[in-house]
Amino acid sequence: MNKKNKEAFIAPLGTNNPVTVQVLGICSALAVTAQLKPAIVMGLSVTIIVALSNLVISLLRNTIPNRIRIIIQLVVCAALVTMVSEILKAFAYDVSVQLSVYVGLIITNCILMGRLEAFAMSNGPWESLLDGLGNGLGYAKILVIVAFFRELLGSGCLFGYQVIPQWCYEHGYINNGLMLMPPMALIIVGCIIWWQRYHNKQLQEQ
Amino acid sequence: MGLKQFNYQLRRFVNQIKPNVMEGGKFHAFRSLFEGFETFLFVPNETSKSGVNIHDSFDSKRLMILVVIALCPAMLFGMYNVGYQNVLAGGELATTGFWEIFGYGLLAYLPNIIISYLVGLGIEFTVAQWKGEEIHEGYLVTGFIIPLIIPITTPWWILVLATAFAVILAKEIFGGTGMNIFNVALIARAFIFFAYPSVISGDKVWVMDHKILGLGCDLPDGFTCATALGQTATTGAVPFDMNMIWGFIPGSVGETSIIAIALGAILLIATGISSWKTTFSVFAGGALMAFIFNKCGSADNAVAMMPWYQHLVLGGFAFGAVFMATDPVTSARTETGKWIYGFLIGVMAILIRVANPGYPEGMMLAILLMNLFAPLIDHCVYQANISRRAKRVAKSK
Repeated sequence: MNKKNKEAFIAPLGTNNPVTVQVLGICSALAVTAQLKPAIVMGLSVTIIVALSNLVISLLRNTIPNRIRIIIQLVVCAALVTMVSEILKAFAYDVSVQLSVYVGLIITNCILMGRLEAFAMSNGPWESLLDGLGNGLGYAKILVIVAFFRELLGSGCLFGYQVIPQWCYEHGYINNGLMLMPPMALIIVGCIIWWQRYHNKQLQEQ
Repeated sequence: MGLKQFNYQLRRFVNQIKPNVMEGGKFHAFRSLFEGFETFLFVPNETSKSGVNIHDSFDSKRLMILVVIALCPAMLFGMYNVGYQNVLAGGELATTGFWEIFGYGLLAYLPNIIISYLVGLGIEFTVAQWKGEEIHEGYLVTGFIIPLIIPITTPWWILVLATAFAVILAKEIFGGTGMNIFNVALIARAFIFFAYPSVISGDKVWVMDHKILGLGCDLPDGFTCATALGQTATTGAVPFDMNMIWGFIPGSVGETSIIAIALGAILLIATGISSWKTTFSVFAGGALMAFIFNKCGSADNAVAMMPWYQHLVLGGFAFGAVFMATDPVTSARTETGKWIYGFLIGVMAILIRVANPGYPEGMMLAILLMNLFAPLIDHCVYQANISRRAKRVAKSK
């Protein structure tokens, strides 16, 4: 793996993260992160879809007429999203019910179209695959961090298992209901952005 | 020792310890703390170094302390009412003296205000020291208001969380005092309201239910006492009663007594600190909206049928109109804007009370909502003025 490919894979995990730096895909990051399990499934679904659609579009890139490229990208995405949605319904029905429309809405996720337009249309299949994986995992990473705090503080659980001991509740501890609402997810994403910018000089605006 | 002598001695003492806490001194970690207290005691002896500025000895620290004084009647009455509600519920009202009742309320209330100031000022001093800036004085009022607008039974750890949340996320990240979009004290209340609804609504939170240092009464388990607004929203209409004016009713600590709030309002308006336009138009908007609901609302909805004057004296309406809607930072700045801003707060507060049975008290949400719109209102007022003048110029040509 040469340096450029490595960069395409690593940057979206950190200094070019799709959620915290490019501020894409915020909507689903707020909607599915009340618990860890759906957040992880959502993250993996997006990773697979972005990686594969990047690969397919990159393979087709020299044959796609420029004027209808968006519609072709959409067809590829829609096919992949439908496949993932069907697989989830078949093998992980509970989670797919929890995720409800958000699996279908992956097709409108800005990260997806953004990577196809910005990267896959002008790079080779291998680089595009890596770029898609990196962006998907960067998105998944933020989802998991947000879901960790929301589930821990909002329901006292992780993956559905109670982790805050019962005696805390007996002594007056109460779960934070605000954590279960989308506004708190936005505030947590904001705090992650704050933390990231504080530690990365090149991300700070002058 | 005369006052002048005392003043002189105090100044000398402050000057003596000053070198120790300045840059390079032994205790320079406390520089911001020292500066905060020095400028609190004495009007600072400095002038600005850039531009032309008009200076007034009445700076924002002097202004803040006047607001605190205006809040005192509501706080003192609130303390008394905390004790009063407890002994009333315990059935020992006739045998308990004034000072015992007040002492109970004081003991119940004191931890809340100490926590509010410790946490809030702690964060403020830390941030000021870390950034090398002066202390912002805004927390003086915010810290005083937070314990007044929550129930007396709010658990201390929740108060700590709410205060920290509000000071960091509603104030410091926007740039500190004067830069916040939302009223900081109301954000603390909103945090409790949405994160821990069971401690700030319902019928179990408004009266202290245990003895404190031998004062007061122990109430039986499962004792309930709803606010008048809560009762109206759940079980049906509550008739008007003079206690709603005097304030001997359950509720958040500072909000119950209209008399005490009116004393504060007189001081604030007489000294010109808060705008009478905002306060008046909040009441006007609320009265009008409640009157419309009286006439056109559904007869099954007890909150809609509540007489308009009763709407204005119950819950946090009066407290919000006098102390929170007039916050100079988050309210509209233009004179016309103040009318619109206040009027819409009154309208929204009653609308939320009536239309959403889940939120029997609408004042908090109404003020926060209008905080968000205040800059837009100001913008529209400015633009209207500009276009009016442009037309006048065009006509005169």
